[in-house]
Amino acid sequence: MSSEIFVWPFNLGLYFILIYSVVRSTVWFRNLSRPDKLRLQRGFFGIPFMQSIKEIFMESLLHRRIFKKNFVLGYMHMSLAFGWFLLIVFGTIEADFFGEKHLNPPSHAIFFRAFNPDHGAVGLARAYTHLMDFLLAFILSGLLLAVIKRFIPSMMGMKKTTKHTWSDRTALLSLWLIFPSRLLAESFTCGTYGSGGFLTGNLGAALASFLPAAEIAPWFWWLYSLALGTFFFLLPVTRYFHIPIELLLIFMRNSGITTGDKSSSYTEVQTHACSSCGVCIGVCQMSYAAGINDIQSAYFIKGLRSDRDIAAITANCLMCGRCEEACPVGIELGPMRLIERRQGERPDTAKRFLERYSLTGRRSTIERESTQSYGYLVREEAESADVLFFAGCMTHLTPSVISAMKKIMESAGVRYRFMDEQGGVCCGRPLMLAGRDREARELINHNSDIIWKSGARILVTSCPICYKIFRESYYLEARVMHHSEFINLLIEEGSLRLGYLHRKVVYHDPCELGRGSGIYEEPRAVISYVAELQAVPEEGTMSLCCGGSLGNLTLSSGKRALIAADAARSLTMSSPDELITACPLCKKTFGQATGTRVSDIAELVAAALPKPVKKSRGRPARVTTKSLNHG
Amino acid sequence: MKGASKHVIVAGGGVAGMEAAGSLAEMGYRVTLIEKGQDPGGHLLQWHALFPDRRPAEEVRGYLRKRLNHENISVITSTVVEKIRHHGHDVIVNLSGGTEERADAVIVATGFDLFDAHRKEEYGYGIYDNVITAAELEEMFSMGKVAKADGTLPSRVGFVHCVGSRDEKVSNNHCSKVCCVTAVKQAIEVRKMLPACEVFCFYMDMRMYGPYYEELYRESQEVHNINYIRGKVSEASVNISNRLVIKVEDTLAGRPLKMEVDLMVLMVGMEMSKQGAGLAVASGLETGVNRFLETGDHHYGNNVSRMKGVFYAGTCTAPMNITDTISHARAAVTETVRYLNGR
Amino acid sequence: MSVRQANRFGFGINQSRQINYDTSDRKVRDYVTLREPSFRLCFACGGCSATCTAGEHISFNLRRMITLIRRGEIDLLRDEVTRCMLCGKCMLVCPRGVNTRNVVAMTAEAIRKLDRNEL
Ligand SMILES: Cc1cc2nc3c(=O)[nH]c(=O)nc-3n(C[C@H](O)[C@H](O)[C@H](O)COP(=O)(O)OP(=O)(O)OC[C@H]3O[C@@H](n4cnc5c(N)ncnc54)[C@H](O)[C@@H]3O)c2cc1C
Ligand code: SF4
Ligand code: SF4
Ligand code: SF4
Ligand code: SF4
Ligand code: SF4
Repeated sequence: MSSEIFVWPFNLGLYFILIYSVVRSTVWFRNLSRPDKLRLQRGFFGIPFMQSIKEIFMESLLHRRIFKKNFVLGYMHMSLAFGWFLLIVFGTIEADFFGEKHLNPPSHAIFFRAFNPDHGAVGLARAYTHLMDFLLAFILSGLLLAVIKRFIPSMMGMKKTTKHTWSDRTALLSLWLIFPSRLLAESFTCGTYGSGGFLTGNLGAALASFLPAAEIAPWFWWLYSLALGTFFFLLPVTRYFHIPIELLLIFMRNSGITTGDKSSSYTEVQTHACSSCGVCIGVCQMSYAAGINDIQSAYFIKGLRSDRDIAAITANCLMCGRCEEACPVGIELGPMRLIERRQGERPDTAKRFLERYSLTGRRSTIERESTQSYGYLVREEAESADVLFFAGCMTHLTPSVISAMKKIMESAGVRYRFMDEQGGVCCGRPLMLAGRDREARELINHNSDIIWKSGARILVTSCPICYKIFRESYYLEARVMHHSEFINLLIEEGSLRLGYLHRKVVYHDPCELGRGSGIYEEPRAVISYVAELQAVPEEGTMSLCCGGSLGNLTLSSGKRALIAADAARSLTMSSPDELITACPLCKKTFGQATGTRVSDIAELVAAALPKPVKKSRGRPARVTTKSLNHG
Repeated sequence: MKGASKHVIVAGGGVAGMEAAGSLAEMGYRVTLIEKGQDPGGHLLQWHALFPDRRPAEEVRGYLRKRLNHENISVITSTVVEKIRHHGHDVIVNLSGGTEERADAVIVATGFDLFDAHRKEEYGYGIYDNVITAAELEEMFSMGKVAKADGTLPSRVGFVHCVGSRDEKVSNNHCSKVCCVTAVKQAIEVRKMLPACEVFCFYMDMRMYGPYYEELYRESQEVHNINYIRGKVSEASVNISNRLVIKVEDTLAGRPLKMEVDLMVLMVGMEMSKQGAGLAVASGLETGVNRFLETGDHHYGNNVSRMKGVFYAGTCTAPMNITDTISHARAAVTETVRYLNGR
Repeated sequence: MSVRQANRFGFGINQSRQINYDTSDRKVRDYVTLREPSFRLCFACGGCSATCTAGEHISFNLRRMITLIRRGEIDLLRDEVTRCMLCGKCMLVCPRGVNTRNVVAMTAEAIRKLDRNEL
């Protein structure tokens, strides 16, 4: 090789991307809040660091999570990422070991054969050449799958892939060109010199037998370099930027940084770590049950990256959390959406432009104007009680749940007070889901006041929506329990005498109780205690949303009905006698959607109470005293 | 007589089926009336006195029984018509128990089902003792005593209109037509039996569509002092003294309103009957968006189906009162005869 | 009878008590209808206002609000619209499937824009 100019496209691209990454990371770091900075600094030493390295190896290189979901897709990702990684590592070793000098510039490793065309004819070097050829073949097999996936997504078991922009397409083309051009460049060079491994050697010999290999080879080395350089240059404006950013995300996450409730460097990093893999699209019921195909998290994140007005996308989501659960990158999609919902109107065009092309890329926020106000609420005098029962707004429309809870608590001898028997004040969660935290605070303060004054030590609620906010955003001394937990406690403590109902039932995890609050076991324990619990197709962390969610302000009743019908169909596949849920909203929503009887877990338990209900008010309240000692 | 050998099956022995069978027999056709229940009569068997004139329901039952008492009519009870199909010119009817009947034509008169009040859980039917349906109140009238579950007399009764009708939440957008006037009729009956009892009707619209209905409404105010509050009841609960509390908005006053009552009567609407729906699915008969049987033409073909030799009578096509049901049944007979003569 | 004549008979016509449909401003109605089409479905049954959590504490009436928006009578709503808690009870009750919560949200938005002359 007489001239080395051909490496410059690669060099320029590489230096550009390195400098860009360093600058961008620095700015992000600077913009972190103080506690987060400390977290990250600490995260670089010790156990979190090891965890990050392990995670990067398992996820970013091996793509273990994608493997688990879809083997072929996993192989595709792994061969490209892990294969390329090994190619670089072994290439560097090769250049270091067999090259003229040590500590070469990166281009020496990348273009090793261009500089050492006759290397690897015998011995160890020859074996090493075979290894390098094997790695190249490994990558090329993944590339073949990627091409197939791009043009025939269904062959990979993918329903939809996200749409590409022009920069994505150019970058994709350059990415695709990298390895075939390397293969051809090496082959032509090896063909000229009679060197090369099982792949490049044989292919080179074959090509050289009828082509002027020596003349052609430089062209492919140029192509190889150009493809690499173009890819690196375009990287920051394409979806492929997620590859380096994901590494950063892993470090940040393992250092203990979380999304929080404001837009920050961490939300920026998450935004750029999305690989547009489309997994979130496949699991979204809005898409496959209601035919709404433009609001899924992949589009939401894409909207955040670009400069589009995504208010409508942000609003039109059930906040069910299925996508977040499925996202292989582990982006906190729910909190990210809530941050957007908290946003007021968008800044004007000029400001947006400046922000977008500044290095932080961070969007300024205009705080949402307060729309609601509850100064009219009068503080109530609260009676004291050990156990406070808060039914919740919705539960007043399912009186069978209330009457079942009354029966259960009376039967167990619980001394309780019914906080919102005459109607109460909303818990504030629906406002919060709409991004109106400040207004929600007013309601939280109002209710907290009543709860504190009652001196209750357990607060039981029948509504998972209330439950979540009581646990997360109320400052209370009382232990907050969903009624399924409370009933489970009563059973465990032996305070409830229950018969066995010979019914086959299935259980639906309400979003706010399951994914929202992590309560999966207690309801199942309670149900199994009184009836035969059957399995359903999508359970636990991937359970379906009923469609009634208050997390969506804009979804029409017709679309909700479609989601409900689809979910009910899946839940009742085994033709159970009864569909059990633990949320008044789910109960109402499913009640309209299926012929199967829908009941709340409390109703099921009340049905298993010995009849007639023994009034045991006088008995000392065993449960409360016992549980209060622990809780 | 011309049609002497022709055989018609009437599926369903309510008002419509009985009137259709009677008319056909009178004209010399051989009729088999097939009824699911133990006796013919349909929902009319449950009613005590009828709107608009509050005559005893027994009078109309008597008329219909006499209609059925004809040598050309054979009645099969406790049997369900499961499927209707064609075999050449014949219509074959599959019955529960596996038997079949052949006929030259079929009149479907499978009627309606009362809306299952459990489905409007917020009204507390099946949860609170003193929430009853209009049909259960008719039963009380027949027994001669309107009382609460504990046997004591109510001092205030509330009627809730449109339960299971005009309500997207239970997939019934249609109006059941007869329940407004039924509420007025029942309100009057309650006041006559219990003069000390206050009566309130909670309505969205007062639909007094038939002759003498508006007059009955007027009489209910003028003579019987019935109170009307315009608003849809949203929910009911019980208070500490175990009285029902109704929540509603008095939309004319523009203010939410709470009211304690002793008895709450749900004016359950009409839905396509389950047996009728089953028959429609099995036989390939078309149903409309309201799930009632879809007729050939809403104006001039309201008794014909889209299946040759099959005709419709009564509330299997849409909610209607007894007067209209009888007219509809006679019209179905006319269509049937025209078909049989033209064959 | 003209206003002057009416005054001569000893009773005046109070202009502000009357909805003048021809001069009233229905921009808010159009704004809400466009963004929440189910707004059109309300048949003023009062189910929402009967069940309303906020309405138990203070004058807040979604049914009346919808009617007034349709008639262009916005002034009465300016304060009222802020009182809804978005709890969603009304949504479960509405027999017409009106997306009640979004009606409230869109009305609040429209009034804010109206007051800034952005509507
Ligand atoms: C609460 C209430 C009060 C009313 N009060 C009055 C009143 O005062 N005055 C008035 O004019 N109208 C009144 N009506 C209306 C009246 O009840 C109807 O108009 C009338 O009952 C309609 O008769 P039908 O034969 O169409 O239906 P139905 O009465 O329902 O009769 C249908 C019959 O078909 C049978 N059947 C169904 N499917 C099958 C099958 N597959 N095989 C065999 N048999 C089958 C059923 O068992 C039933 O006996 C009232 C309605 C209601 C809901
Ligand atoms: S949000 Fe997660 S699941 Fe969705 S496209 Fe991005 S990385 Fe994939
Ligand atoms: S939270 Fe649920 S509805 Fe929203 S985008 Fe994710 S999967 Fe779809
Ligand atoms: S007749 Fe009256 S009560 Fe019955 S559905 Fe129609 S409006 Fe409602
Ligand atoms: S969402 Fe608003 S309008 Fe509806 S019931 Fe709750 S407080 Fe009332
Ligand atoms: S419940 Fe629905 S239809 Fe009735 S007044 Fe309210 S919005 Fe209108």
